[in-house]
Amino acid sequence: MPYWMGAVGGYTGLATRVVVLGLAAMSVNFLLGFTGVLSFGHAAYFGLGAYGAGMLLKYVAPSTTLAILVGVVVGTLAAAAVGALIVKLRGIYFAMVTIAFGQMFYFIAFRWSSVTGGDDGLTGWRRLPIDLGFTTIDILDNAEAYYYMVLLIFAVSVGIMALILRSPFGRTLLAIRENERRARFLGIPVERHIWIAFVISCFFASLAGVLYALLNNFVDPRTLHWTLSGNFVIMAVVGGMRSFWGPLIGAAIFVVLQDYVSSYTQNWMFFIGIFFVLIVLFFPRGVLGIIRKRLS
Amino acid sequence: MTELILFNVFNGLIVGAFYALMALGLSLIINLTSVINFSHGGFLALGAYIAYELAPYLGFWGALILAPVLTAVLGLVVERVMIRRLYGRDPLYSLLLTFGLAYVFEDGLRYIWGAQSLPFHVPDWLTRPLSTYFFFLTGYRVFMVVLVAVAVAALFLILTRTRLGIRIRAGTLDLETVSVLGVNVRILRNLNFGLGIYLAGLAGVLAAGLLGLQPTIGDALIMPSFVAIIVGGLGSLFGTLLGGLLIGVAAGIATVFVPSASEAIIYIMMAVVLLFRPRGLLGEEGMNL
Repeated sequence: MPYWMGAVGGYTGLATRVVVLGLAAMSVNFLLGFTGVLSFGHAAYFGLGAYGAGMLLKYVAPSTTLAILVGVVVGTLAAAAVGALIVKLRGIYFAMVTIAFGQMFYFIAFRWSSVTGGDDGLTGWRRLPIDLGFTTIDILDNAEAYYYMVLLIFAVSVGIMALILRSPFGRTLLAIRENERRARFLGIPVERHIWIAFVISCFFASLAGVLYALLNNFVDPRTLHWTLSGNFVIMAVVGGMRSFWGPLIGAAIFVVLQDYVSSYTQNWMFFIGIFFVLIVLFFPRGVLGIIRKRLS
Repeated sequence: MTELILFNVFNGLIVGAFYALMALGLSLIINLTSVINFSHGGFLALGAYIAYELAPYLGFWGALILAPVLTAVLGLVVERVMIRRLYGRDPLYSLLLTFGLAYVFEDGLRYIWGAQSLPFHVPDWLTRPLSTYFFFLTGYRVFMVVLVAVAVAALFLILTRTRLGIRIRAGTLDLETVSVLGVNVRILRNLNFGLGIYLAGLAGVLAAGLLGLQPTIGDALIMPSFVAIIVGGLGSLFGTLLGGLLIGVAAGIATVFVPSASEAIIYIMMAVVLLFRPRGLLGEEGMNL
């Protein structure tokens, strides 16, 4: 078991979930915190990644590596298409449209049961040991091995996101966030930048979705539902949007809290909801914001 | 076949009327305050449950009149205690707040009344079929469409004829100027929010009569309401009404020919509208909040 999970009384699977959902929340924050665009539909790409991976393993080829690849490609391509339709929209309009598109994918997965398993979810497949040529890594039976694989992928993804944000392209995104009109006057093609940022963000969201599907060996339409998108945004905000690591902290809090509260009461959403309302009202900068304020 | 199509078009009209009723409330609130009220579905469900509690004492008609009013009063309180604090900040915060509230509503209702479906009785004479040929046409269904039409007409009358309505419409265009002209913007936003929630409560009572009560009764309506607003165009209440009816009927017709696509069709419609007219059918230019 990862050592930090022991401190909060969890188990390996929970730790993997924290890292996976942390990646999803960070991908949402890439847009929300650093580009200033709120997507409320990231679960769509998360879920498409999950379905892409699951369906490949079920119907096409028994290869975890290929499943990761295909899942990410499916999610990213869908994001590229949807993104092109919506980059002209801003603010709450953008948010509403992203959710609505997410729901379209949700209903497709929900209704097309002959292929997706419908409401019961896609079953009858599982992640497979990874063949590296000289050795195989058994991520199937060894939960810890899978955890470390996820952690490695997470680390690489986070490194890439950090590099992008430090690059001139990332700085331009910040400029758009701070003052879109001024950025436009400087000759920056704002729409194209937002589109690219959207696609990058959804790339990581679908990667997280793939890892989530492989973690559970199961996908169901709820991974596409807008409430999950909302949960990603909650994680990002609770941890602290505009901060790089905040969403990871938010995801850890959300996942552990949900696990903890739901073992006492079925009505965990009630408590998460109240907690979140209080955060938004009184600590809009999130947990990291509070810590930073204390330190300074 | 004709009967099947007629049935589904009429059914689509009913569903569309619900979308429109809910979307109009959402739209009112968005237009004046830039708040996407995610808890709108929760308020709708609350209205239904309040009616359920009132019905044994006041009967169906009493509950129908009083429950939306009580829901609206709660809306006034929520706006005053929470949402008001977030005006002037990024609209994102109010969106997030109401999203959290939606969770609180749904689980709170489930905690109080349970997750199982509860029956809500409407007067017998309303539930009888109107004709033997069109067996689907019960009085209650017709009544709902008529009542929604009346409510919408009343809303448009309020907005065009009363002082409050004119101020709301003016505030939608330029809240700052309205404030400078001496209108108390705090009260205006409060009443506007209450009016939007009233419509949600009314939709809730009507829906309860058709579907029974469930804590999630508003969930199935909130996304289509967004779509109605997007298709109709932000900033135009008439567009919202049109969008709601349009997607309702489209979903109804899809049920006849491609039943499995009946839910997805409205999102496809939305995509098509966005492709050719990003601001929606009747949206105002520059209303991208």
